Amino acid sequence: MTRGHFILHDKEYEGFQSVLKRLLADSYAKVVFLVDKNGSLLATAGETEDFDTTSLASLAAGNIAATGGLASLIGEKEFSILFHEGERDNMHISVVANRLILVVIFDRRSSVGLVRLRVRRAAVDLERILREVDAKAGQEEEGGIEELTEADIESLFQ
Amino acid sequence: MSFINYSSREINCKIVYYGPGLCGKTTNLQYIYRRMNPESRGRMISLATETERTLFFDFLPLSLGEIRGFKTRFHLYTVPGQVFYDASRRLILRGVDGVVFCADSQLTRMDSNVESMENLRINLREQGYDADRIPMVLQYNKRDLNPVASVAELHSLLNYRNGPEFEAVAPTGVGVFETLKAVIKLILIDLKKGKR
Repeated sequence: MTRGHFILHDKEYEGFQSVLKRLLADSYAKVVFLVDKNGSLLATAGETEDFDTTSLASLAAGNIAATGGLASLIGEKEFSILFHEGERDNMHISVVANRLILVVIFDRRSSVGLVRLRVRRAAVDLERILREVDAKAGQEEEGGIEELTEADIESLFQ
Repeated sequence: MSFINYSSREINCKIVYYGPGLCGKTTNLQYIYRRMNPESRGRMISLATETERTLFFDFLPLSLGEIRGFKTRFHLYTVPGQVFYDASRRLILRGVDGVVFCADSQLTRMDSNVESMENLRINLREQGYDADRIPMVLQYNKRDLNPVASVAELHSLLNYRNGPEFEAVAPTGVGVFETLKAVIKLILIDLKKGKR
């Protein structure tokens, strides 16, 4: 039993990856990644080896959380898009289905307008996959977490 | 809320170090960062003021090896302890899987400890958690200072759930890994039960 946890199976994971790959190509981005609102990295596409994706995921989630706090202080539900402009690289961060965070890093080969347009289309596909994730949420999988034993847990510390 | 990826066989869990200002939350993470094998830990990020007080959070990702073919990753966060950063503390508690409550053992800090524990319970409830059931470990830090409250006093003031508790001196590492191991165990047991 794993209710209350975010569980990603092969099919939906591959679905996320394929949406990100298409977004990467269509938006001429350097790297695209998908994060949950708690800062866990779900999927990536592009030149990820140049980036510390774990830290990026955590800070993107922190960024969305902080701006969400600001939004509620002025009576807004959320700021669903953030854009950070750098000297070389830019970052477009958007909230998908109120649960996921889609981050696109791009340089002068692309533009914020193009990224915004492509992100909108990708968000529709990501939402569809997220609904499939939710539909499978109750399913148990062979060799899953529910089979963990105390000895397994203890083995982590030996 | 843990994230379990069956495709890449990974479990990701979030641990939050909570407690009053200057109790040693960041020091816990710094010690863990220094002592962990570089292959098992990522970069430590501290969003702090110029005077090194935590402004938003500290973050340290750890990989602790595999169980049952799943890679285990734990994301350690601290909250800013100062009272006026309450909005940030609430945000950081989102999606938490386990809490380390770090108390300052100094007698003069007892009110702050109690206030912070109350604040933790309120903020957990606001995030939809049952403050009586979420995996939680208590750490009584600064045991090397004087005068400090006895463990029995700290227990009666803070450990209302009678959960695991550890004495600690975070700068030298006393009790730091014992605390971390205890909360990880509680999280994994909770994950297995799927209780939340």
